[in-house]
Order: sequence, then structure tokens, then C-alpha cells
Amino acid sequence: MTTIPTSAGTTPLLSLRALSIQFEKRRSLSDTLARRPQQVVSAVNGIDLDVMPGETLGIVGESGCGKSTLARLIAGLHRPTSGDIVFEGESVVGLKGARRRAYNRRVQMMFQDPYTSLNPRMTVRDTLREAISVHRMREGAAIDQRVDELLDLVRLPEGAAEKYPHEFSGGQRQRIGIARALSLEPICLVADELVSALDVSVQAQVVNLLIELQDELGLTVLFVAHDLRLVRHVSHRVAVIYLGAIVEIGPSEALFSRPMHPYSKGLLAAAPSLDPDARRRAPALSGELPSPLAIPPGCPFHVRCPHATELCRREKPALRPVGAGMTACHFAETIGDA
Amino acid sequence: MATQEKPVVLDVRHLRTEFGTRERPLVAVDDVSFQVAAGEILGLVGESGSGKSITLRSILGIIRPRGRVAGEILWNGQDLVPLSEAQLRRIRGREIAMIFQEPMSSLNPLLTVGLQISENLVAHTDLDARQRRARAIELLDLVGIPAARNRLDDFPHEFSGGMRQRVMIAIALASNPKLLLADEPTTALDVTIQDQILRLIQSLSRDLGMAVILVTHDMGVVAETCDRVAVMYGGRLCEIGSTADVIGDARHPYSLGLLRSIPRDVAPRTPLYSIPGAPPALNALPPGCAFSARCPVAGRECPDLRPKLEAIGTSRLVACHHLEDAQAHFGPREAAQ
Repeated sequence: MTTIPTSAGTTPLLSLRALSIQFEKRRSLSDTLARRPQQVVSAVNGIDLDVMPGETLGIVGESGCGKSTLARLIAGLHRPTSGDIVFEGESVVGLKGARRRAYNRRVQMMFQDPYTSLNPRMTVRDTLREAISVHRMREGAAIDQRVDELLDLVRLPEGAAEKYPHEFSGGQRQRIGIARALSLEPICLVADELVSALDVSVQAQVVNLLIELQDELGLTVLFVAHDLRLVRHVSHRVAVIYLGAIVEIGPSEALFSRPMHPYSKGLLAAAPSLDPDARRRAPALSGELPSPLAIPPGCPFHVRCPHATELCRREKPALRPVGAGMTACHFAETIGDA
Repeated sequence: MATQEKPVVLDVRHLRTEFGTRERPLVAVDDVSFQVAAGEILGLVGESGSGKSITLRSILGIIRPRGRVAGEILWNGQDLVPLSEAQLRRIRGREIAMIFQEPMSSLNPLLTVGLQISENLVAHTDLDARQRRARAIELLDLVGIPAARNRLDDFPHEFSGGMRQRVMIAIALASNPKLLLADEPTTALDVTIQDQILRLIQSLSRDLGMAVILVTHDMGVVAETCDRVAVMYGGRLCEIGSTADVIGDARHPYSLGLLRSIPRDVAPRTPLYSIPGAPPALNALPPGCAFSARCPVAGRECPDLRPKLEAIGTSRLVACHHLEDAQAHFGPREAAQ
């Protein structure tokens, strides 16, 4: 199995090895009576990925491509069907008890909607205090001191600790979510659509905070988002996911300025440009993401790919080095800039 | 686009929409005026609470009875504001149609798509049942639903999000509307599907000569789709003009800040420009410029003295007391690009 080339000398913080997860679709009575076979959603299909300490890895793709499932797998919210997650040299899939908790503490997830992920009946202080005391990060009076430190860290105004989530704006609530994640002194943050629900003018504030905190605390960040401009801005490397598999991965600037996979090309071209002269009459990419219940054989993208040949319908391309990164396409070199 | 030659179909003058009690009204839309010509796409952009959706709903008269609308909404010369519900119903859905952000919550989950298109055809045309079925297939075909004939008897849940939005557009088009009001039609969709829907709206507007008002919070959507843009903040217009002017050469500090906060042509991982603070609440708007509390170039008079929309060049209006300061504040970075 090939893995992603890494910068020489450093060992990855987090490695995914042929990671897969399948969900069984619920069978209705009529399915059972008609003896229809069990349907299986393959959300993540054999992802190999190394995440280096201190880097920001962007993960992009259409909804339903499995990017959120991947994030949740890494955060330990799902158990993989097969494959392995290696964290600091140790497999975490079978971890139990204290070691599981230690992993959960060090890899923290932040969610899209801070309003549904914060308890509306708890003040900000209670929320943070709970996280700190459950994981025994501090004792006694040091807990409250830590709460104030955290709120200061995410630049919430004084007095915020005694308020309830509904008293904050969306951007402030997202800061509370960040403070809660940071309260456990994690080494890795998984940000699933962290700023998607925020107004454009507020998004920039939260993104700036994230970058600043990351540099200050030396965090590793997995940045899952559909806003390609933001991903380009914050990420060192970017992985493009299609139907649960990486189709292209590489350094952010290289991937965005010269995507190699036809899907990456289409996805980037579809993102609205701010240049009114760059208008197109035809859509950049036709068709829709096929159902993960029935992933097409061969290259999963062949049904939408303008360059697909017989080979693509038959044989699934492996992720291989092309240009500055890696691409899973039989014809990555010959398609060029078409 | 030569919009000047086309006739103006909608002329909104001093629109004001308020909610709440008369003593302490919440003014959602305040003194908003704009025009839309046939075949033209006007973008209304702003953040949540800027009044863009309420402006759209005021045109159709669907904020009553709770909201109060004042001003004039001239639809081909006829003022819609004083019309009764019954009179409005003859225009609504027939001449002016609307599509929404969440197609699933606008479609009836218990009726087939064919039936829902038919409903609109019964209400607004004289076609018989067979003609209606043929027309429904034609409409689904027009909005790019593959194998339209076979999908007529499908229910909304059997369509994907993008396809549902196409169905909504097909229903809206059933009566050959002259104006399509689109309220964040692509916000819930992926960029690839958003791109397909926007190109569809663009080609329909071009081919059918239909005017469109597109409400969005995404400057990119505006740049790619609209002929003209109106930027709203706190229920008021800050800037309105051609897309090239407003996107390419914005003048209002809010438009400038909004555009600047979108990462482009900046070094990766450097701090992005951000507008300080958060969008204002409707009950806390100053009497003067709504943006003054967050504006980097606001002067002492700004919170009290409301700036008028004034022409800059031939195709743009801006409401700001400190245009030169704004240029100077945002200028250096612009020049560096």
C-alpha cells in the first residue's frame, strides 16, 4: 500500500491505514419479505493518509463524499469496519478505558453548529468546567482560573463565562466551541465545517483565531470544509475526497493552482470566482455524486468524467505520485490542463 | 449587458417593511429603491438580518399580515402595495414566481412532482389534463431533469437536493413568469450543483427574457451570475450598481470589507481582513448609517446623519459620507494586487 510522501525525517502524528467504514442500511419489512440483499453504504473506502505534526490538512469534497465521516472516524465517534488509525505510533482502534480517554482528550473535534453542540442550560463556565474536571486537567480553584485563561485565549469578552449559549452571536459561540476543545489541551483538532454557518464578515475572525492558536500552541488541524477558498487559505496540504476515497492529495498551493485529477479540476472550476469576466455559460461539472450505496466499478468518477475510457470503467486507478502530490487517475499526465 | 435598452418591469421606490408594534417598530427594510429590467439578473447581497429576504418577500406581499409595507412596488406600472390579497393572488405565481432555499420544505412530500407542477398549471393556464401532463414533461426537461417522462410520478424524496431545486424552478416556470424571485436558491447545495443551478437560471433568464432577483450572501455567486448588484446592510442599501463596478471596484466600506474578507490573492495563513463586531440587531440600529458601528472610517456624524445614495459614475450609487477615506483605507492593498 502506498502512503502519502512525507517531509523527510519527521514521523506522522496520525496515520490512517486502509481505513474503511460501511453502514448497513435499515431493512424494511418489505425488503425482508422480498429477500432483497442487505444494502451497504460505503462511506469511507480504504483511505491511507499521514498527518504530520503541526500541519493543517484540508479535506474537501461534495456532500455525501464521506469527508465528515472521515473526520468523525478520526475523532473516535465511529468505529472503522476495517483498517487502522495509528496515533503517535500506536493503534487506537481497539483502545479501551484510560488509554481511549487519553486519545479522546488529545484529538478534539469541533462542530459546524456550535448551538446544537453546546448545552443550552449550562453557562459557558459550567461547560468548560465540566470538560476540565471530567478529564482531571485541573483541580479546585485552578479550574476557574483555567476557564478564564481559555476565554481570554479565544478572545471572548470579560463576563462571558456566566452567560448562556443563546446570549452569544454565532461567531462567539464558535469561539466557545474552540475554547471547549482547547480546554483538554489537545494536540490535534478536527474542525468539521467550523465556519460554514457563519456570516462572511465573521468567518474571517474565526479563521484568523484558528490559525493564530494553531501556531501558538503547535496544534495539528484537520480542516474539513466545502469552502475551497478558505481551505486553500488555511491548509498546508489538501486532500480531495470522492465517494469515500482520496482522488488527489498534495500541497495546497500546487493543488489549487494546478489540479491534476479531472474531479479536482471540475470542483475548483465550479467554485464561484469573484472575477465577473471569468463567467462560464456551461456548468463546470455535470451530473451528481452517485449514491454511496452503489459505487461505480473501476474509477468511481468515470460516470461524470469527460475523459473516461474503457480502462477507467474497468480498473480502479491507484493513488500515485503525479506532479507535486498524488493523484488517482489513469490519465493524469495526458489530460494536462484540458 | 445593455440593460438600458430593456424595459424596466419592476420599480421599487422607498420600500419600508416593519414588524412589531407601531410604537416600537422593528424596521427590517428601510427606504430601499431599485429597478429591474426584463431579462436582467439583479443580485441582492448581505449578511443574515440585512433585510434582503424581507425585501424579496415584501414584493410578493407574503410578509402580511404581521409585517407592514410602505412605499411603492411598481410592477409594470401597477403599484402592488395597496392591492388586496385576492388581487395579489392573480399576480403572485403567475407573473411573479418565487423559489426558496430549502426545496424540501417548499415541496409537498405527499404529492408527486407531476401533480405539483399541474397544480400551478391549473391555477394559471387553460390547459386540459393531457396538455398539462405534456407541459409538465416539457418543463422538467427545460430545467434539465434527465428522463423527465419517467420522473413525473416520483415523490420529492426520490430526488436529490439539486434535482429538487430544479423541480421548484420548473413549478415556478409553469405560468411563464416575467419575474423570478430566488431566495438563496443554492445555499444548501454543493458548489458543483450550485454551479449547475446558477447556469440554468442564467440561461432561462436569457432565453425567456425573464427578470430575476437573486438573494444571496455569496459575493462569488453574484460575480458569476448577476448583471447588477445591490449590497444591503441593516435593512438599507449601501451600494447598488453594475456587477463590474460593485465587485470589481467597490466603494462602500462595507462592500470593500466584505470583499476583502474573502481569501484571494493573499499569502496563505496570513491574517484575513475581518470586519470587527457582528451584524447589528434590528432594534439597535442607529438613526444614521447602519454600518457606522463597525466601519473603519466612520466619522463623528455617521451614527446620526444618514448618508444618501449618490451617483458615482454612470451606473452606480453609494451611500457613504467618507468615500475618500474608505478608498484610502482599503486602497493600498488593492493597489498591491
